[in-house]
Amino acid sequence: MDVAILGVAQTKYDGKKEDYNYAELVYEVTTQALEDAGMTIDEIDNIVTVSNDFWDGRTISCMGVQDACGAAYGEGKNVSTVEGDGTFGILYGAMRTLSGSYSTTLVVSHSKGSEGNSRMITNAMFDYIYQRPLGLDAISSSALQAREYMNRYGVTEEDCAYVSVKNRKQAMQNPYAHLGMDLSIDDVLNSRPLADPIKLHDASPVSDGAAAVVLGNRVVANKKGRKPVWLKGIGYCSDAHFLGDRCLAEAPALQKASHKAYEMADINNPTEDIDVVELYDAFSYMELMWLEEMGFCSKGDGKKLTRRGVTAMDGELPVNPSGGVISSHAVLVAGMARVIECALQIRGEAEGRQVKHAKTALAHGINGPCAQSHCVMVLSE
Amino acid sequence: MARDQEEAIVYKGRIRMPYNWAVGETGSFFLNKIKDDCQIWATKCSECEKVLLPPRRNCPYCFFPRTNWIQLSGNGVLTNYTKVHYHEPALHPQDPPLIYGMIKLDGADTSLLHLLGEIDEENLHEGMRLEPVFKEERTGHIKDIKYFRPGTLFHKEGS
Repeated sequence: MDVAILGVAQTKYDGKKEDYNYAELVYEVTTQALEDAGMTIDEIDNIVTVSNDFWDGRTISCMGVQDACGAAYGEGKNVSTVEGDGTFGILYGAMRTLSGSYSTTLVVSHSKGSEGNSRMITNAMFDYIYQRPLGLDAISSSALQAREYMNRYGVTEEDCAYVSVKNRKQAMQNPYAHLGMDLSIDDVLNSRPLADPIKLHDASPVSDGAAAVVLGNRVVANKKGRKPVWLKGIGYCSDAHFLGDRCLAEAPALQKASHKAYEMADINNPTEDIDVVELYDAFSYMELMWLEEMGFCSKGDGKKLTRRGVTAMDGELPVNPSGGVISSHAVLVAGMARVIECALQIRGEAEGRQVKHAKTALAHGINGPCAQSHCVMVLSE
Repeated sequence: MARDQEEAIVYKGRIRMPYNWAVGETGSFFLNKIKDDCQIWATKCSECEKVLLPPRRNCPYCFFPRTNWIQLSGNGVLTNYTKVHYHEPALHPQDPPLIYGMIKLDGADTSLLHLLGEIDEENLHEGMRLEPVFKEERTGHIKDIKYFRPGTLFHKEGS
């Protein structure tokens, strides 16, 4: 596939960024991603913004960052928008690149979770007739998924705690991460219960942050910027909306999305062919579940991979060397941050968290209640 | 001027936006049956025969345009639950602890999400039989079902 990542940038993720409004954050990452690509705004053919009206507290939130991402520059640029995770923004940017109409695409995302009420905003993702009036939100709905998955596959709270300990510790090596922590298994198990079986340290924080990616076609990639990172495969799929329609212990949409991405990228054995994984662990159980659905092990064996250290930095398949979403969760930005981390790993620029010989990486993003939809990307040098 | 030394100004805001959300004919039938008769009805796809709850005007799975109504007993089995420890007054319909359950009503192929009540938490378990408790004052709303509570009787499907 002739789509390359030419430049990346992200802010540090924080609990509260009061020194920048969200448009100013977008300007920062836009200019940094352009610099990283060795390009100027003049060389950007079109722009995709990623934003959400409820998180920004306004309508047509994409318009609020147009000036910041260069849309008003010169005589104005072609801009379109995605309301969803940043991986879907990159997917759209890749499609625009593949259309042949654009040789370069800038994709930007932002979110300032600190400015809204995350429970009320995530409650609003449910239908207004049957689910929303019950007060369900991202944490309580994910708790239902966690319990169903854990019951079906005999996964314990301790198994999940291994994910929190690994990823929060890994975040200490990532200067962009929000919550680097040296936790013990007992710290996680004894942390404040939120919605059973999810406890405070099983859950991601709500972070502020922004990110940007510059995409280009092969012609531009071969003459511009630094070492390009190629998008080799991409897959995306959705599941049913009502939680009671789904078997929450399974994620068939992720299975389909990953198989599609593997097929495109010519991946026959994901465990052997992929060197590093960055997945959307908004809650600890998700890392185990997503690894299984993406075919890195059999259903229910994600806990074994984690306990055996296979997914640790020095394991055969490092997962979330960045510290993952459980350490930095700027909603919408988080999936883009997974792609950016993969790009940095492949470029060999991940510094203290660099995975050795990282040539092929997998980035994963989710959207909707209990990850109703998934986007999987395979990237390589 | 050193801009990084400015005292940060943060506005407190609140968006209140009125809507008139149409439930539609299908949802209205379902909610009126709860309101008027304390009955729970589901839709059955005319093509794949899946019985869905919440009810659907058309089948999302085989994409067939028509579904038919069937009455359920209202009783069912708890398939999954979570106890919520935090309280968000603007969202939560009752004080903590709040327990959400997924209930597979007898005769339905999907589970209905609702609240659980009158439950001894020690005995809370998947597979327990539940029955709905309806509010006395009903308005045509999903919360006209106050919650589901343990029910001892086992009702045959479709009875």
